[in-house]
Amino acid sequence: MLLFILHLLFLLLPAEPVQEVTLEQLQSRVIQQNNDTLYVVNFWATWCKPCVAELPYFETAAAQFKTQKVKVLLVSLDFIRDKQKLDKFVLDRTIKCEVVLLNAGNPNVWIDKIEPEWGGAIPATLLYRKGEKLFFREGEFEQTELDSLIQTTLSH
Amino acid sequence: MKNLILLATAFFLFVSFKPDGGYKVGDIATDFSLLNVTGSKISLGDNKVAQGFIVVFTCNHCPFSVKYEDRINELNKKYAAKGYPVVAINSNDAAQYAEDSYDNMIIRAKEKNFSFPYLHDETQAIAKSYGATRTPHVYIVQKEKDNLIVKYIGAIDDNADDAAAVKHKYVENAVDALLAAKPINPDFTKAIGCSIKWKK
Repeated sequence: MLLFILHLLFLLLPAEPVQEVTLEQLQSRVIQQNNDTLYVVNFWATWCKPCVAELPYFETAAAQFKTQKVKVLLVSLDFIRDKQKLDKFVLDRTIKCEVVLLNAGNPNVWIDKIEPEWGGAIPATLLYRKGEKLFFREGEFEQTELDSLIQTTLSH
Repeated sequence: MKNLILLATAFFLFVSFKPDGGYKVGDIATDFSLLNVTGSKISLGDNKVAQGFIVVFTCNHCPFSVKYEDRINELNKKYAAKGYPVVAINSNDAAQYAEDSYDNMIIRAKEKNFSFPYLHDETQAIAKSYGATRTPHVYIVQKEKDNLIVKYIGAIDDNADDAAAVKHKYVENAVDALLAAKPINPDFTKAIGCSIKWKK
């Protein structure tokens, strides 16, 4: 009986919400896609206060543009050993955008593959469509700015 | 439509504004006079015997900086005697991160037994001159005649999370090359880090 209850509890617990991805997986899933979805890719981490502060803006934008071809992906740069902490963070805050944890090895190698202009500070945000990089920023957003950026990019 | 153009223009202006510039390898670095945690002001020029300096932009609050505190201490212990002491600088706006205030710098330096000066760049002018954008962000400078020449810019090593798993000790590699009068390779590296918090 106890086992049965434990089993039920286990089934009721949410699965790990965050998937771990390599740089190649991130690139093939988002950056090199040949469809007309606009990918909004935000690099962040739970330890980065300005990143956490702007997460709601990305959530709101994703909701606002949900009827259009927009996909917001939150790429966490938390330490791999902190994955449980990240899972809990995503569950506690009921983050609706997809969150992945990047496990890409030496930053000196992979940062340039994402964006040569990027020094490595976060938050950083990029826009892609049809495998083309349309926008890059190292730094924070305000809600109105993010919305207008997406709106402007969609209308081009 | 007018609104959209206005928005786009405002957006463009915002995007164009960022503290860019800063030094590249080979540039002449400025000296400075900044308040140390001991209460006295320090300039690089005060140290007549050093051949150069390992200048580290860091801070108290950033988890990456915290991960590197012991490694920065070790760097100073290893290289100060060889002529390349560490000079650490905190340029963060304490209004945004109280943890990065001058008083908290004093506490942290004591707690961690910093063997190097830990300076307060209160106006943020030095971080802007150097072009530091994240913490930790290292600039190795070498004395040439009366100038300080930037020889290396970038990361301390290739693994912030785990010092035991480091494969490339970029700063050690660079200082060793300087000591051996050999070219530095690589002389520019990148790392993930906290952004320096600029005053608003």
